Amino acid sequence: MKLLPALILAMSAMLTEAADAPPVAEDPVLEKRVIRLASELRCLVCQNQSIADSNADLAADLRRQVREMLKAGKTEEEVRAFMVQRYGDFVLYNPPVKTATALLWAGPFVLLVVAVAALFLALMRRRAQIDERELTPEERERARTLLAGGGEKRP
Amino acid sequence: MTPELGHFSLIVALTIACLQAGLPLAGAARGNVAWMQVARPAAQAQFLLVALAFGCLAWSFVNNDFSVLNVASNSNSSLPWYYRLAATWGSHEGSLLLWVLMLSGWMCAVSLASRHLPLAMVARILGVMALISIGFLLFMLLTSNPFERLLPPAPDGRDLNPLLQDPGMVIHPPMLYMGYVGFSVAFAFSIAALLGGQLDATWARWSRPWTTMAWVFLTVGIALGSWWAYYELGWGGWWFWDPVENASFMPWLTGTALIHSLAVTEKRGGFRAWTVLLAIITFSLSLLGTFLVRSGVLTSVHAFATDPARGIFILVFLVLVIGASLSLFAWRAPRVGLGGQFGLVSRESALLANNVLLLVAAATVMLGTLYPLFLDALNLGKISVGPPYFEAVFVPLMAPAVFLMGIGPLAKWKQATLPELAVRLRWALAVALVTAALLPLTLGKWTPMIAFGLLLALWLTASGVANLWERLTQLSMAGGAAPLSYLKQLPRGYYGMLLAHFGVAVFVTGVTLVRGYETEKDVRMVTGDSVEVGGYRFRLDGLVGVKGPNYDATRGIVGVFKGERRTGTMQPEKRIYHVQQMPMTEAAIDTGFTRDLYVSLGEPLGGGAWVVRVYHKPFVDWIWGGAFLMGLGGILAVSDRRYRLARRAAQAIPAAAGAARA
Amino acid sequence: MNRFLIPLVAFLVLVVFLAIGLSLDPREVPSPLIDKPAPGFRLAQLRDSGKTLAVEELRGQVWLLNVWASWCAPCLEEHPRLLELSQARTVPIVGLNYKDSRDAALKWLAKHGDPYSTIVTDPDGRVGIEYGVYGVPETFVIDRHGIIRYKHIGPLTAEALQGAILPLVRRLQT
Repeated sequence: MKLLPALILAMSAMLTEAADAPPVAEDPVLEKRVIRLASELRCLVCQNQSIADSNADLAADLRRQVREMLKAGKTEEEVRAFMVQRYGDFVLYNPPVKTATALLWAGPFVLLVVAVAALFLALMRRRAQIDERELTPEERERARTLLAGGGEKRP
Repeated sequence: MTPELGHFSLIVALTIACLQAGLPLAGAARGNVAWMQVARPAAQAQFLLVALAFGCLAWSFVNNDFSVLNVASNSNSSLPWYYRLAATWGSHEGSLLLWVLMLSGWMCAVSLASRHLPLAMVARILGVMALISIGFLLFMLLTSNPFERLLPPAPDGRDLNPLLQDPGMVIHPPMLYMGYVGFSVAFAFSIAALLGGQLDATWARWSRPWTTMAWVFLTVGIALGSWWAYYELGWGGWWFWDPVENASFMPWLTGTALIHSLAVTEKRGGFRAWTVLLAIITFSLSLLGTFLVRSGVLTSVHAFATDPARGIFILVFLVLVIGASLSLFAWRAPRVGLGGQFGLVSRESALLANNVLLLVAAATVMLGTLYPLFLDALNLGKISVGPPYFEAVFVPLMAPAVFLMGIGPLAKWKQATLPELAVRLRWALAVALVTAALLPLTLGKWTPMIAFGLLLALWLTASGVANLWERLTQLSMAGGAAPLSYLKQLPRGYYGMLLAHFGVAVFVTGVTLVRGYETEKDVRMVTGDSVEVGGYRFRLDGLVGVKGPNYDATRGIVGVFKGERRTGTMQPEKRIYHVQQMPMTEAAIDTGFTRDLYVSLGEPLGGGAWVVRVYHKPFVDWIWGGAFLMGLGGILAVSDRRYRLARRAAQAIPAAAGAARA
Repeated sequence: MNRFLIPLVAFLVLVVFLAIGLSLDPREVPSPLIDKPAPGFRLAQLRDSGKTLAVEELRGQVWLLNVWASWCAPCLEEHPRLLELSQARTVPIVGLNYKDSRDAALKWLAKHGDPYSTIVTDPDGRVGIEYGVYGVPETFVIDRHGIIRYKHIGPLTAEALQGAILPLVRRLQT
């Protein structure tokens, strides 16, 4: 569009009642649910994108599928199950909790517990190994000299 | 000629690297001074040669030499010159050359700034870095030669991916690689210490500034990448837990643990073996990242085109480097002594807890990133692990770490007590709790998540202020002048810490507020239509056709109003790049201190109507602002006079304990 | 000495997985529909749009379902093998014309040859979704009872045909 006619149109729009743009989606509330669910589903032809983010044809088709199912009253769980039946667990970005993924979901907690336990063990061992004793008079004198700024040659 | 010159430079650089590795390392083992002295000039020569090679490749790109395969595959004559330059590192081969350039740059820097280090140590450090260099140079020369010729030359190139035709491409990879590669210095310091047997507070003091600088670059590099994704991809997202993003985040997490661990080793001589292990792990994660991006093992939007041969080469290299370092560690670390004793409640313990949480977080990210591979390899099925998983596990791990960040700096070295800490922090905690509870109400919406996020950020800030005030008043009580007059006396390292921690608070605030309060509308607009988002009105004043240097675009002219007053004009574009015929969304962003306005064009709906996405994102720039503050804090810390070599006699030490706790 | 070896051991375990990973394809999506009934459909036929074909009508024989489109370049790659297969009359090949236009599809077949016993059209990809199709071409082996026994993703190669598909078909036909 040429700039001048656009400006004229714009100015006339300012003079008349400005139209409030309609949402793209027929039902914005439903669309929010669609997007939320779609962002958990993987676009299978993309390099790691959800079907909410992707412009691919398959992504658009699957979004349409999600929208229709939610509109027809299906729950989000049912939509996910639908996708998994046809594409496998791979299509879920939120990995299901089952035996194979037990280590995945429990892992962080287990790692934390193990790390804290290892830390305690190391600290206990350390306590036993470190021998802390008072400074001897010579060592005290040496420390005093060093702190007062007198350097000493590195051995 | 130029490509051949570049190729030849690389071969010579490889030869020098072999000398730089062989002679100094052997010399350090045998006490042969002449051999050890080869290290510095060799490092400098290597840098010059690699820079020459890089220059040759860049020259070929800028001058549209389509007889070079890399140029023909990644550039085009209608590409603006700065993107032709950036295309030098836009491919697998070119980015490898960038990697090696960075490595030789760090090597050269070490060779120049190491007068105060013993020769044997310098020899070992540069020798180890040379070994890494050999690996990458061999990899390039054997499997990924950027100077390969295309004969007959192509009439024109296939163009740089339009997503990469952006200022972000010019700066993000160099920054990121400076970080990745910079950790090779900490790695080399650690290996040198294990080889030489000298692993003490002095060693920590030497390696600390190098490690912190690498961390700064990595922080800035990751932040730039995130910001770039935000404004480039047109969806307003800024972190996707993509495998390649995770590959950069893991060394950042362990690198953060490392700079804190080094602090303890420097000041108290403790954690020595642990610090060395952390340095090895961090650089290993950098190398692992290189593997993951280029081997085809994981799917990612960032991955380069892959080739099994390359994957095998890198894996073998990983096994050699990391395997050897970890073996060396297993052999030598038991002999490394322990530092001083410290109590269960002490600054050392707080820092150890910080390390544990960061390491577990890094391990969790690795678990999530590699789990699909584990299952597939064991034939247990194919799953995807995406943002829902990472967000569920990451925040619970980091929240305690952020909480500890408020306590650690106040805790005394060696021994502190909980009641004493609680007393000193009670006001900070109270202020944080009250503000976090009330602030969301004034902003319009209260949810537990928002309140919690704000609580963490406010706690960090308040405890930082409490810490600073405490030190100033202690100096004031000892010296007699007003507290604020002592601001100049506190060391830069301390301010660096405060600033970096404050940066974390800013980051957490940004994330919390944008998640909690952002609003968006997807609308169908024709000229004249307007829509209300976030208290602003956006009106589509018109659509124009635009011709760019290598693309055609439709540009929307969107007027922005607050009430009756026009606050600005935003111009989102939908571009089609000529060569690759790829449509691209250029979002229009009105950046502000307290909010971003984000407008992007979706699809044309016919009849002059377009899908327009309008977002109001409060405080989103605090996310990257916080990261940059972290980086700035690191730079402040590195510029502490402790590290400046031209230091003369010791300055007068105030009697108060405050200043001595530097 | 023991505990200092833990990092090395952990690393080596990781390397084993990474090495195995080099031989895997992280983007291939295995089908969960193997050994499950082929999803039902009743679709219009390409050659005679007045007629339809339902999956149930194919019971009693082993058959291949080949998902293809005129806009799909790799489909052209596998086409000669499909033609050979149809000439050998080993197994009927039913084509599923995926997200395509009738004219374009008919033109393509006229130009390149037609190996299909019947072709049904799926213009908006819904049946494709039912079958877990995510790219073209894909080929399914379905037995007499209407159970999916195998799915091949991508163009049919000689190795895939000789090594997996034809032996399976022969086994199912006895």
